[in-house]
Parts: sequence; structure tokens; C-alpha cells
Amino acid sequence: MSKTLLDIKNLHAEIEEEGKAILKGLNLTVKAGEVHAIMGPNGAGKSTLASVVSGKDGYEVTDGTVEMDGADILELDPDERAKEGLFLAFQYPVEIPGVSNINFLRTALNEIKEYRQEEPISAKDFMAMVREKSALVDLDAKLASRSVNEGFSGGEKKRNEIFQMAMLEPKVAILDETDSGLDIDALRIVAAGVNKLKNENNAVILITHYQRLLDYIVPDFVHVLADGQIVKTGDKSLALELEEKGYDWLN
Amino acid sequence: MAGYTEDELKEELKSQEYEFGFTTDIESEKIPVGLNEEVIRIISAKKEEPEWLLEYRLNAFKVWQEMTEPEWAHVQYEKPKFQEISYFAAPKKQYESWDDVDPEMKATMDKLGISMDEQKKLTGVAVDFVMDSVSVATSFKDKLAELDIIFCSFSEAVKDHPELVKKYLGTVVPTSDNFYAALNSAVFSDGSFCYIPKGVKCPMELSTYFRINESGTGQFERTLLVADAGSYVSYLEGCTAPQRDENQLHAAVVELVALDDAEIKYSTVQNWFPGDKEGKGGVYNFVTKRGICHTNSKISWTQVETGSAVTWKYPSCILKGDNSIGEFYSVAVTNNYQQADTGTKMIHLGKNTKSTVISKGISAGKSQNSYRGLIQIHPKADNARNFTQCDSLLMTDECGAHTFPYIECQNNSAKLEHEATTSKIGEDQIFYCQQRGLSEEKAISLIVNGYCKEVLNKLPMEFAVEAQKLLAISLENSVG
Repeated sequence: MSKTLLDIKNLHAEIEEEGKAILKGLNLTVKAGEVHAIMGPNGAGKSTLASVVSGKDGYEVTDGTVEMDGADILELDPDERAKEGLFLAFQYPVEIPGVSNINFLRTALNEIKEYRQEEPISAKDFMAMVREKSALVDLDAKLASRSVNEGFSGGEKKRNEIFQMAMLEPKVAILDETDSGLDIDALRIVAAGVNKLKNENNAVILITHYQRLLDYIVPDFVHVLADGQIVKTGDKSLALELEEKGYDWLN
Repeated sequence: MAGYTEDELKEELKSQEYEFGFTTDIESEKIPVGLNEEVIRIISAKKEEPEWLLEYRLNAFKVWQEMTEPEWAHVQYEKPKFQEISYFAAPKKQYESWDDVDPEMKATMDKLGISMDEQKKLTGVAVDFVMDSVSVATSFKDKLAELDIIFCSFSEAVKDHPELVKKYLGTVVPTSDNFYAALNSAVFSDGSFCYIPKGVKCPMELSTYFRINESGTGQFERTLLVADAGSYVSYLEGCTAPQRDENQLHAAVVELVALDDAEIKYSTVQNWFPGDKEGKGGVYNFVTKRGICHTNSKISWTQVETGSAVTWKYPSCILKGDNSIGEFYSVAVTNNYQQADTGTKMIHLGKNTKSTVISKGISAGKSQNSYRGLIQIHPKADNARNFTQCDSLLMTDECGAHTFPYIECQNNSAKLEHEATTSKIGEDQIFYCQQRGLSEEKAISLIVNGYCKEVLNKLPMEFAVEAQKLLAISLENSVG
């Protein structure tokens, strides 16, 4: 039986400033080698789930646990969670002017390696890795040396997220609406990249509104998140059913 | 050392001066505290200066007495009591032994990656380093001498090259220019002099670092740099190591002269003691820096300012010659209770003159950071061009960023551009970096260095690396 990589139990979380509960007892178990899709209506708490698991400020966990690889991660800083192998592909990737993609990734990679008590990567090996991984998502080598996401098109930003995922080789990757704003060609490229990266030792969680993405990245499980809980779980056919009927029938 | 304040440092230094500093003959003369003609005569006599320089000082003193301290800058501080300052400081010996140096300062220097030898040198502690650095400095001087480049202390220049000093001193910053320049002209202690002969490209970065072991330059530093026709020089001033000083008031004057077709690149990293976290102590840095550009020449100022409690500083260019170019690249960081009012003046007199101003302000803590700039286009300056960009980055909700850009244009052919932005450091940016595995501090350092990149790129390589580290250290724990 494969190893459990992410285990979320009875997770309750609220927005700190408003005290408004968003997640209300969410359970999700993700094992190595699996692809999970999380769908649901707007405001159900999909992006909040990504934020809470990755440790973004502004949310308070009021109950429940989140374990990665058997260890509680809720007390860890966001960078420590990343170093433990959690990756979040952002819905809206952030621009960092003046910082080249390459410098950014090399710093990140070496921070992660230091945490794991590994030797820093040499410039030569790093550049070889950049070439190999940027080819995965068909990312122009020029973009790798430009400032992080600055002046990138919407599609380039999303591809850059997957490129970063490829470079950092996470155990658990959460893709938050990576398909939004992509044309069909870009979607294919991104999906192909993710498919090449997934293996029996890692897991992918896709947060999406559209069934379309799941034509390219086939999930093992589809979950419906509504009002802060997972209300239904099925296989790929559930996504097709949702596409046809919407979410109302679930209530 | 907990709660070690500038006052305590002063006390400590007082006793040290008594014990180690003054040579007996100076002590016996007992130069009184305060400023009057007699004190100026003593200073000049001590330095064995020629009559014309004494006259220069006395005239400056007269001018200074008529002036009042400027109040237009966006800074608040207790005005120095000019009659309570000693205007003839003993050669500085700040610490008796390495063990006496503030541990916090040692830690900062470690973080900057400064070697133990250099650390000792910078704190003015050691004697043993001298042998080493003298040999370095000597071979350095030999090389320069081959090219007839003069690079020495101001006092030496007065003795060895009086004709050059007399010809150029006060030609860029006249005595009557401003209150602090006048004061400096009356009482300047020492400083640097540099002359690059016609057509000579100085083969190395000239750095005051090489003469740090020479006697202390004191609080009223004077720098005069002349690049003769067709020559080039890159000059570095200051250092990234934190510099403590018993003198609270610093009023330096820097004059640059770029003759026809010459180019001067002047880089500064300033890290004077900014005061403690409550804003106590700290150096007042009131500096007048200006350069004059003759035909086809270029002066480029680059500064990274992280220190001082109060900074008042506007490195400027007078673009007198046709086709001359002035540049100003600045990063000014203020944290805790620091105040900075800094910027530049670009005075376009000649035809086809060009200037570029890139100013990056970073405010943290409860600090106030102002950009003040003047772009002046005179009637005869046909086809003058200026591009100004001033950006402000706020790290907290309690700090302030201010911009005071002035433009005076008297020629319709001028093309002037001004861009300004103010932004708060993005929590989104920090989180994004953290999600990729960077600690919060690393993230801030990366974002800030990215923000300052255009300016840092202008610094000579080794200086740029140190400046990056310095920025990170200056902003530790500063996001709120």
C-alpha cells in the first residue's frame, strides 16, 4: 500500500480579521502516486484550503490537523513547509521585479538543500537542470533569466509555476486553478508538464473549476468542496457529471 | 555591553583619549572647545599650512558667522551646539583592544563577511595589521605613481601639491554655498586629494580604504578630486562596516572637477552609526557633494546610504560644458528613527547636456525618508535632457516616504521626464518566496535587492556584493 503524503483531518479554519469560518471540518487523504481534483462552486473554500495548507498569513486554524509524510505541519512557517516538500502553484503568480527567475530558483533550491543537509548545487548542474526542466513546459530559456514573472503573459506565468515545480521536485503539489486563463494550447503544455512530473513517490492536488483540465491530467479522485467540507468524492466521471448538472443537485 | 549608548562610547573615548590619544605637546596647548579665529589659527598652524589656506579658512569662518542653519529639509533634530564642539580632534584610536569593541558591531561585521584583519583595521584597533596593509597600500601607491596619479591625504596634498589644491579648492563648492560647507571650509580636518593627469585612465578603483590606517580624517572631511582632460577614474568612498564615531556632527565637502572629455565615477557606501533602536545617539551627516562637468565630460554619483541618524546630502552635477553628462544613482535606507533627506541637483548650463536620476528610497521602522531633487535648465542649455525616476518602498505602516522634486526649465527645447512610484513591500511577494523555501528574511533581502538592482549594478563588483549584504542587515526584522 502506498504511503500517505498529505493527511487533513477535520480541518476548521477562519479568516483571521473577520473571524469568518471558511473550512468546516474538511477531511482529505492523499497518497503517493495519486492525483486528486478538488472542484466546487465559488466561495466554497478551495483557495482557502490551498492557503491554509501552505501556511499563508491571515487564516486561523481553529480545529483539526494537517500532516505531511506523517508529521504535523500546522506549526511550521511557510518556508519550512516548502522545505518539507509542499509546493503551491499560485492562481495569481506574483511578480518580483529585479530578481531573475534563475537567481530566485537557485536561492530557493539551495535553501531547500541546506535544510535537508545536502550540498548546494553547482552552477553547472543548476544550469543543466534549468535547460532540462524548462523544456518540460516549453518555457523559453530567455524567460528563465528575466525577472520573476515580470512582464510575463498569463500563460507564461502559469508555465513558469510548473517549471518551478519541476525544479523543486516537491512531494505534494497543489495546483490552484492553474488552468484558469489558459488557452487550449497552453493548457496542453501545462498538463503535459504535470504528467511528466508525477510519479509513484509524489502526489498532485488540482484545484479547478473546469472539467477540461481533467481531460489532460486524469485524476484518481474527484472531490466536491462545498461550504467548507468535502461533500462528495468520486472518480473522473463525477467531474463530467458536475459539468453537466452543476453543483445544485448535490444539496 | 547591553544598552551601550553613544554617550557611553563618548565617555569611554574621552578617557581613552586622555590615556592614549593626545601627544603631550598638543595636550599642553589645550585647544579650547568652541570656535573662534584663534582656534582656526591653531588648526592651521598645527597642520603647518601656507598663509593662503589660513586666509581661506578665516574668510570661510567670517562667512559662516553670517549664516544660519538651514531648516528646509524634512528632518527634525536637536541643533548641534557649535561652541561646544572641539574642532581639533586627536588622531582617533577608538578602542584600546579588540576585546573592547562592541560585540554587536563584531557580529555585524561577521555577517558582512569581513575578515578579522579588516575588522580590526576598520575599528581602528590593531597595530599588528599595519605592517600588512602598509605593504598593500605601498605597492598600490607605486603603481599610481608610475602614471603620475596623485592620491593622498588632503594635508599631504597641501604640502606637496599646493598649486593644484589652490587652483581647485572651493571652485565647485564655494565657501558661501551653505552653512555646513562654510563651516567645513573654516575648520576641515583632513580628507582625500586625487589628481588624474591628462589622458590617464586610472587602472584601479581608488578607495579611501587604502588609507584608512592613516590618521583619522575627522568630522570635517574635505575631498577634492580633479580629473584632467580625457582622463578616467572610479573612486570609492566609505565602507560597509558600521562606523562609530565620537563626533555627532559630520559636515563633509566633496568637490569633483571633470575637465574636458574626462569621466569620474564616484561611489559611496555610508554606514555611520544610526543611533540605537529608540533613536538615541547616532551621527548627523550633513554633506555637500558636487561636481562640475566641462565639455564632453561625465560625472556619475552612486550612493548606498544606510547609516546616520540624520542625513542631509545632495550629490550634484553642474553640467557646464556642452554635451556633458551627469548621473545620480541612489539607494537610501532608513530604519527605526532614522531620517534622511537626500537627492540631487542637476544644473544644465551647456548645450546637449544629459542627466539621469534614479533614486530608490526604502523606509522601515518609524523612519522618514525623503527624496529632494532639482533639475534646472538654464536658458542657453539647448536640447537638455533629464530622466528622473524616484521610487519609494515602505516596509511598515509607521514610516514615511516623501518626494520633493523641483524642476526649473528656462529653455523650451528641453526634454524632461519624471517617474515616481510608492509601494509597500508586498506580503504576497514575501509569501510567494516563502512558499518556494526562502525564509522571511531571505525573502525580504531578495525583494529589496531586486528593487535596488538598477543602482547596485552601478557599483563596482566587490562593493555591490557587500552593499547587498548591508541592505539585508539594515532591514532585518523590519517588516510590519
